Amino acid sequence: MATANDADDNVLVRVENVVKYFPVKAGGFIKHTVGQVHAVDDVSLVIERGKTLGLVGETGSGKSTLARCVAGLIPVTSGKVYLNGTEITKLSRSAMRPLRREVQMIFQDPYSSLNPRRRVGAIIGDPFAIHKTATGAERKRMVQELMERVGLNPEHFNRFPAEFSGGQRQRIGVARALALRPKLIICDEPVSALDVSIQAQVLNLLSDLQTEYGLSYLFIAHDLEVVRHVSDKVAVMYLGRIGEAAPADSLYSQPRHPYTVALLSAAPAADPDAAAARQRIILTGDVPSPIDPPAGCRFHPRCPKAQEICGQVEPPLVTHDDLEISKAGPPAGWQSADTVRPGEPGIAGGETHVTACHFPVVPGETLASARTAAIAAEREPA
Amino acid sequence: MTLLEVKDLNVSFQTPDGVVRAVRGVSFDVEPGRTLGIVGESGSGKTVLTQTLLGLTPGAEVWGSAMFEGANLLELPDEELRKVRGARISVIFQDPLTSLHPLYKIGWQIAEMIRAHDRSVSKKEAATRTVELLRRVGIPKPDTRVNDYPHQFSGGMRQRAMIAMALALEPKLIIADEPTTALDATVQAQILDLLLRLQQDMGTALIMITHDLGVVADIADDVLVMYAGRAAEKAPKREIFYHPHHPYTKGLLESIPSSSAAGGRLKPIPGQPPSLINLPSGCKFHPRCSYAFAKCKTGDDPVLRPVDEGGAHESACWLPVASAGLSAEAELLRTETARLGHEPVPAKGPAVGRHRAPDSGATEPGSAANNEGSVA
Repeated sequence: MATANDADDNVLVRVENVVKYFPVKAGGFIKHTVGQVHAVDDVSLVIERGKTLGLVGETGSGKSTLARCVAGLIPVTSGKVYLNGTEITKLSRSAMRPLRREVQMIFQDPYSSLNPRRRVGAIIGDPFAIHKTATGAERKRMVQELMERVGLNPEHFNRFPAEFSGGQRQRIGVARALALRPKLIICDEPVSALDVSIQAQVLNLLSDLQTEYGLSYLFIAHDLEVVRHVSDKVAVMYLGRIGEAAPADSLYSQPRHPYTVALLSAAPAADPDAAAARQRIILTGDVPSPIDPPAGCRFHPRCPKAQEICGQVEPPLVTHDDLEISKAGPPAGWQSADTVRPGEPGIAGGETHVTACHFPVVPGETLASARTAAIAAEREPA
Repeated sequence: MTLLEVKDLNVSFQTPDGVVRAVRGVSFDVEPGRTLGIVGESGSGKTVLTQTLLGLTPGAEVWGSAMFEGANLLELPDEELRKVRGARISVIFQDPLTSLHPLYKIGWQIAEMIRAHDRSVSKKEAATRTVELLRRVGIPKPDTRVNDYPHQFSGGMRQRAMIAMALALEPKLIIADEPTTALDATVQAQILDLLLRLQQDMGTALIMITHDLGVVADIADDVLVMYAGRAAEKAPKREIFYHPHHPYTKGLLESIPSSSAAGGRLKPIPGQPPSLINLPSGCKFHPRCSYAFAKCKTGDDPVLRPVDEGGAHESACWLPVASAGLSAEAELLRTETARLGHEPVPAKGPAVGRHRAPDSGATEPGSAANNEGSVA
């Protein structure tokens, strides 16, 4: 993959085959099980300039770990992260420091991500102090400008976080992230802790700032409608891997990975008629442990379409442009006649719709019958 | 016959900063086998409301009445209330990890609950029933999982165990307080599905407290929208979603990102909920309401009044009855009312059903004013 010319083209961040394992220490209750938590396993994606890449997945799918790898907050186990064409995974702390201005984060919990003993002005002014870009009266002026920009009263400069509501605190977090005019802001569940009426205020603010400053966002959320609203491209993660990625419209209108289909069908819609009409696919069981993820496709133990091959061969992330059921017979080594011809290998975050599945869902296909079979299987005494 | 009839419930707490009026004059009914969804933002009083019914808000000043099976829950002595709580009315809390005891086995906790209410059940019998309950809520291999501790269960399974516990004594009413908020979307779908199925099997009534309108759209029959400790609107589900009358309900619906408006700007409700110690004058929503006029600011706090013919749809808002709904006509009527400070000069004739009122346009007959008068 070309990386040297990323600085010229429209790719801001390129993530190549990033792997992040966390060691599991033995002792205590757990005897002799020194293993690895496969938090992120071989993920590649791109984030385009001025665009938003949404990252969706359930608890433990590795979204936040991936985000921290992109921000350079934790070292990767293997793989590379390029920011503006520069590989940041190998940089020393001092070489990394100037680049840290380019990537900022907004965290989920506006209560625990602000130091309760420090004044808001000091919290927002920290980036200026750390990077020595402004001091004294100038810093105060810049902080007040930021506060005004994110919709806070600049007069409240001297207040403590406790004096602000949840939505206002999240605005403080946004102001702090914005201080150094970064190119990328990583938003890790920025609105999950907020009430809907406040959530909309913050989402609108983020969208205004993106237009004004040409920001790129890596937007992590578990709420699919929120992600759809803000994202240009969306990637779906499951157990440390990307299962499907596409431009937002394409992903939501024509999901191909059975997990994406199930996730979309499970999301509650605030529309009683739509809720009643929808065919909901109830996935059985829970997400398996990332310490010992299933072989082959990681979704196969819960997948209504799973076949033998799914437990053996891991599907690559490829395009499926030719979404016809191949009647001619399976390609060599495949187990089902109802298969879709895979296309070119693709990368998440680009213009193409890529899916890591041996048997992607074709338009018009319903997973309900497969689901009934799966439930019957579950009911059987094991 | 109405199962639970709450009338004019008020709850307030004395705090060093002043009196917190958490719930102010809320009334609602729950019919057997039906699901009431209570929606509201943090601090709207939805949890205090239901916990008060079960005597779980010690130190609160409570007045009003809550009739359940012929007894006023608010006046029952502790001894009596304990017999109702868990057996006749049970609760499922938001966070299953903190509502299960970490040091006792799941099965023990459920069996204890059964035996606490009925000493005639032997330990062995209780254990058998526990396994059966866990099987019913979809825990795989329940006969071995009863011996697990809560930490050995995943979030979804813990919530299933809580549901099993809530079902143990076949209550008439289950209060579920944000039961799926801590869960992922696919697990939430499993749990909602389970609740619906069990409700159908057992004919239990359900009060579902949530901030998520999606959950309400999914499983509620009737919806109560709360704002600042008061009922803002109460109606059958479809009415709430397709013909909201109160601007707060409308604002909530519009601030949800939805597929129809993807990429566009969201319409948030400006400002934030008021402090329950220092409530604004008049209608408590008026500082955030884009249709507020003089009466909203200085008049009485509006109470629920019917806004449809059957009276099933009630709203606590001074806007004309015909302004319910999301249509352009309704919007015009709202803005006109807000601009004039009263509803536009009545034309003639009786109230027109708000479903089909385009021909009456912005001019709304005077019956709405009479309605307002009678309520105030």
